[in-house]
Amino acid sequence: MTTTTVASFEIKYHQYLDASGKPTKDIPEFAKDMNTMRELYRDMYKLRVFDAKAYALQRTGKMGTYPASLGQEAIGIGYGDAMVKEDVLIPYYRSTGGLLKHGVTMEEILLYWGGDEAGSDYSVAKEDFPICVPIANQIIHASGVAKAIQMRKQKRAVVTEIGEGGTSEGDFYEGVNVAGIWNLGVVFFINNNQWAISVPTDIQTACETYAQKAIAAGVEGIQVDGNDIVAVREVANYAMEKARNGGGPTVIEAITYRLCDHTTADDASRYDDPKVKEEAWKNEPLVRLRKYLEKNKSWSDKDEEKMKEEVAKEVDAAVKAYEAAPKPTPEMMFDNLYAELPELTKPQREAAIKRGAK
Amino acid sequence: MAAITLIEAVNAAMAYELEHDQDVVLFGEDVGKNGGVFRATDGLQKKYGTERVIDTPLAESMIAGLAVGMAAQGMKPIAEMQFMGFIFPAVDQIFCHAARLRHRTRGRLTQPMVIRAPYGGGIHAPEHHSESTEALFSHIPGLKVVIPSNPSRAYGLMLAAIRDPDPVIFLEPKRVYRIVKHEVEDNGEEYPLEACFVDREGSDITLISWGAMMHETLQAAEKLAAEGIEAEVIDVATVSPIDMDTILESVEKTGRACIIQEAPKSGSIGSEIAAEIAEKGILNLLAPIGRVSGYDTVMPYYRLEKQYMPTVDRILDEVRTIMEYK
Repeated sequence: MTTTTVASFEIKYHQYLDASGKPTKDIPEFAKDMNTMRELYRDMYKLRVFDAKAYALQRTGKMGTYPASLGQEAIGIGYGDAMVKEDVLIPYYRSTGGLLKHGVTMEEILLYWGGDEAGSDYSVAKEDFPICVPIANQIIHASGVAKAIQMRKQKRAVVTEIGEGGTSEGDFYEGVNVAGIWNLGVVFFINNNQWAISVPTDIQTACETYAQKAIAAGVEGIQVDGNDIVAVREVANYAMEKARNGGGPTVIEAITYRLCDHTTADDASRYDDPKVKEEAWKNEPLVRLRKYLEKNKSWSDKDEEKMKEEVAKEVDAAVKAYEAAPKPTPEMMFDNLYAELPELTKPQREAAIKRGAK
Repeated sequence: MAAITLIEAVNAAMAYELEHDQDVVLFGEDVGKNGGVFRATDGLQKKYGTERVIDTPLAESMIAGLAVGMAAQGMKPIAEMQFMGFIFPAVDQIFCHAARLRHRTRGRLTQPMVIRAPYGGGIHAPEHHSESTEALFSHIPGLKVVIPSNPSRAYGLMLAAIRDPDPVIFLEPKRVYRIVKHEVEDNGEEYPLEACFVDREGSDITLISWGAMMHETLQAAEKLAAEGIEAEVIDVATVSPIDMDTILESVEKTGRACIIQEAPKSGSIGSEIAAEIAEKGILNLLAPIGRVSGYDTVMPYYRLEKQYMPTVDRILDEVRTIMEYK
């Protein structure tokens, strides 16, 4: 018997800053601009404060379940920064960073998790999808949006995000597969934070990487240090430029660690090894970027204090706006169900309004 | 104007909209070069190109999910499920997203799409090819479910479905794809959704049906007329949301109602219509509401499908029983 290799593949890993903030290879141009890097540091810090505030609101009964991004801030902020206004974001429940960067307001995000559809009626990012709660469905929506963009010959990238657990769903493969066949301009971000609630990656896949799941669809798959915002921003920019210019889809696996519970309804101490978590804290994205800034003499304790004060004010203002937002009224259940409410349902609407007034 | 079959009418309506609305795009497995396994899309790719009539990979969830993404961008996708029995992988996308996106975003993103599927039994098809699960979709708020019963209705309702700003599940009665021909003017005129059609006027009993079963129902009405029973026959056409006004008016006139459906009896469109008549029209009734339906079983393989499907005789038996109440 003779055998020959008919195909072979490799997955490249990208990193620019190590855990101590030291460059591991030539830094891309954008990362040499310290104003840009200070801004990204501020964005990641703001996301961390926003998450803490959201947790506090949930714990005090002022908001529903919320999933934080603790330890994973570089992913959403990184790809979000590489997006332009015309791009479309198809988020999942842990895409807060991407949503904020693409113009969705903190108040809208709080309203969403506070149980009000008004939170998905984005005032700025008009074409972005609302958060997808069923796992992996959004991967196909991204390909559908990209197909429409391709048919209309527009130069816009579609970005979507999914957890590593979500890649076990059939929809993940179906969406990436069709994007490959039709050469669609989609960037599929896999947030590999090591956990699908309590299920670790070794129960999720036998693959060495999640990026290689792209290979089966004939799509480029790359891996990136998800705690290194320079690397995330750089690969995101590469993939989005490629998407906008007819170069087709890219799957990017961003490796990080979930330093928080899955959501406010979860208790990670039931399954997460404290020693592993302690190690993971040494690798987190904010400290890494701060060290980089400090090494470039672009950050001081005074800067930190000033930023903390400003961000606290900004987040507090969003919380106040959230708390002051008008409460939804019963007819809102009916008024966006169809373009025009069916005759059969109209009496139900009237009844709900009448009851609501009591 | 030539007489055309129901499937030719579906084809003509889609061609009309492809011609007149650049946002309309048609896709599914085998819809392109092959023209669909039933030929519903015959010739459309040749005329409108591979960019607008698209053969997709075989994945129903993906077909529906693509429609969600494209519709959110303001395109008007028509997605084909090859058989209704294969629609279940797509249900996740249809229920979780197509039906809800307008509601979830307070109207910011909408879903002007049509999902087509041939449904029903009676053509000796293999397992999972003969289901009639319209009630599943009718239960989901945000969807419309339309079932034409003849060529002219297929043409007019398909046009309305494509132009509708919300998602429409369009179920084609494949058993009658080719058994009747109508003179249909290909003039782009739509029929209203959410409206019943009164196909025969009568004063003694209201027969209510839709889709393929309309043919047995109309035959039964003819036979009843010969016995001196004048049946009013209603084609529901849009089974969700139902035009109950037309049904209730008819029942008020006749005092009797019988619902005929191919689907299993429990938790069905027939159950819903019966409940609405009971809730809003019970005082007009002279007799209990009758239902003739498929059985609450799995759709059998084809050697038993004739025993499963309601027949003209079963309709006649039920109507005679209802007529015994004075």
